[in-house]
Amino acid sequence: MTRLGVFICHCGKNIARTVDTEALREKAATLPHVVLAKDYLYLCSKPGQTMIADDIREHHLDRVLVAACSPRLHGKTFAQTAQRAGLNPYLLDMANIREQCSWVHIDGAEGTEKAFSIIKGGLGRLLYAEPLEPFQSPVTKRVLVIGGGIAGIQAALDIANSGYEVYLVEKLPSLGGHMAQLGETFPTLDCSSCILTPKMVEVSQNEHVHLLSYSEVTGIEGNIGQFQVTVRLRPRYVDETLCTGCGDCVPTCPVVVPNEFDQGLGARKAVYLPFPQAVPAVYTIDWDACLNTDKLIICENCYKNCEAGAINFLMEPQEKMFEVGAVVLATGYELMPVAHIGEYGGDGYEDVIDGLQFERMLSASGPTGGVVRRPSDGRIPQNVVFVQCSGSRDPEHGIPYCSKVCCMYTAKHALLYKHAVPDGQAYVFYIDIRAAGKGHEEFVQKVMSEERILYLRGKVSKIFKSGAKLVVWGADTLSGRQVEIEADLVVLAMAVIPSSGSQKLARTLHIASDLSGFFSEAHPKLRPLESNTDGIFLAGAAQFAKDITDTVSQATGAAGKALSLLANDFIKLEPTISGVEEGLCRGCGLCVSICPFGAVKMLPSTRTGAMVAGINPILCKGCGLCAAGCLSGAITLKGSSFKQIFAQLEEMV
Amino acid sequence: MKIILGNSHPQSLFAQRIEALSRQKLFACYQCGKCSSGCPMAESMDLLPNRVIREAQLNNEPALMSCRAVWFCSSCFACAVRCPKGIDIARIMEAVRTLQMMDGKSITEKPSCEDNGTLPQIALISHFRKFNM
Repeated sequence: MTRLGVFICHCGKNIARTVDTEALREKAATLPHVVLAKDYLYLCSKPGQTMIADDIREHHLDRVLVAACSPRLHGKTFAQTAQRAGLNPYLLDMANIREQCSWVHIDGAEGTEKAFSIIKGGLGRLLYAEPLEPFQSPVTKRVLVIGGGIAGIQAALDIANSGYEVYLVEKLPSLGGHMAQLGETFPTLDCSSCILTPKMVEVSQNEHVHLLSYSEVTGIEGNIGQFQVTVRLRPRYVDETLCTGCGDCVPTCPVVVPNEFDQGLGARKAVYLPFPQAVPAVYTIDWDACLNTDKLIICENCYKNCEAGAINFLMEPQEKMFEVGAVVLATGYELMPVAHIGEYGGDGYEDVIDGLQFERMLSASGPTGGVVRRPSDGRIPQNVVFVQCSGSRDPEHGIPYCSKVCCMYTAKHALLYKHAVPDGQAYVFYIDIRAAGKGHEEFVQKVMSEERILYLRGKVSKIFKSGAKLVVWGADTLSGRQVEIEADLVVLAMAVIPSSGSQKLARTLHIASDLSGFFSEAHPKLRPLESNTDGIFLAGAAQFAKDITDTVSQATGAAGKALSLLANDFIKLEPTISGVEEGLCRGCGLCVSICPFGAVKMLPSTRTGAMVAGINPILCKGCGLCAAGCLSGAITLKGSSFKQIFAQLEEMV
Repeated sequence: MKIILGNSHPQSLFAQRIEALSRQKLFACYQCGKCSSGCPMAESMDLLPNRVIREAQLNNEPALMSCRAVWFCSSCFACAVRCPKGIDIARIMEAVRTLQMMDGKSITEKPSCEDNGTLPQIALISHFRKFNM
């Protein structure tokens, strides 16, 4: 015989102001199977919980309904209360008479009536509830970090230094990412590569780090605690174990192509090291540029010059598979191409460059040796125009958001240009100055007043060529005047966008990204380091445009999140997930396409061998979409079965 | 009027003269407008005080040489006291007045006799300074 207990909370006056809790208690006591009904000021308080636990034991209650707030607020609290009293926590349910009743009603009589029907529904649902047990899944104590920029390096170091194994996968031949390209960093003007290179070396030499450069993650299966990862290692055509990094292969290579690391401003050979401090310090043959093909070897210059015998034209791509317990995504950003803005020349003018190209010019190891020169004729520019918000904050033609770093790096660019060319003049077009970081506002103000940089408030409307010069048409809305500048060089602070390939990765990993393509965090305020898939964490500009300081903070945070997962041998998972009644399943596969988490797969039935739906209990989030979509009613969401829901509805209407 | 900047238009000659005369850093001004919002004479000015500084930053000599606002400035120093960047705007006003007078371009209209009774004392003193140049 079922013995139900009903506990009604006043929540101070939150519920009791509108709902007549005493009348409610009296009515609830008369409902079938109810052996005990009580009301109390604050059920979530310690005395309140003790009262429930005592009553469960004393009155041998086998099912309990707590009519109070949303289970989102105190579901866990009362589940623990039930457990302490020896009752399976899934036999205690909550009826929400606060958010969904007292808070939205003014009339007491109506509120009380509605609260009663919510309680009746809750009891109906509770009658068909079944005891459930949480289950466990083992945790593989290894982490995959995707992306070898400063975010990935920092996350990998933090995890490795805690004694756990890390696989660090980088798409390009070298670690370093965009930070390796920068000249100096704002607001302290630290030399970027000087502070980055030691970290690159440290991470590559750490005994717990497996560095997989020139590689891509092509597949991830599994779930939190156990991800099976497949990585494709692209052929370098240079044996990593033999290459000494001497560079003897380079001089005789006949192929010259633009160097991506210099943003196309400098050149490299087909066999190359992207930059002198590259890690690993191993040369790579760019097979697309090399004269040789898979079928035909027509140039052996590098091969002949390599004393170490490291060149291997027959090298093939390799696949590497391993298992990890957590993943940190640090795939970074890139800049929107200049070609995107037709009115700024659409990449047709050599002397209109983007911010990263200007960084390469400012870098001592860059293509101009740190001297600012016009790409077209190599002359030193006397008038340089910087255009902020190029593509940013332009929902009609570009991207709607603020790229966050441009105000600061443009101020830095203007300052470094003035230091390099003291008699030159820099102009900055801006719409707002957003310098909210530590020391940032002070930096911008110093640049304005000490360097006498003219900041013009307005967006540039057009850039066109006039002889060897560029004419910039803008406006200064502060004085209400049009501005025309005859410039030698224009630097566009192009919008920060997610790195190409991040969408493909998002699909591989079954994680969500926002409208702009940045990986979505699980909660914008309270879970900014986690993706919406358990066990996959986010770091750096892959989540949103951010500067180095914020990137490092987030990377360390994501590493901490991964470590707290790895600190457990097992993870406990909620049992409120979907289950399949194999006998009812007709194998249509609709549920497979419905499931947003890839948790449903068609598998041969253990009894009949026919293909039926199978639920991966670790991937399943218990959203119930498959159960609602199943045409044969073969899928049940545990804890919210159809029987329970129909009983609840029947009692309520 | 369009502002033309660039190689053939040195940006800062006029601005530098104002800086030299006023001994103030023009480029420290970030155009917050606090000077203009509290200026007791703002209503009579053709350019608000922050605009005077802006035109100076833009090296807009014609605009400043014909600007009447500087002659309404009574040198009460409310702007200088309130400026978050520590710029003495009154000194910049005085510098522009000086440049206009050096150019023989005093365009002040003397206040009529009826106004004398209502003019604040400080305005009278600053007018005394202006009319005695």
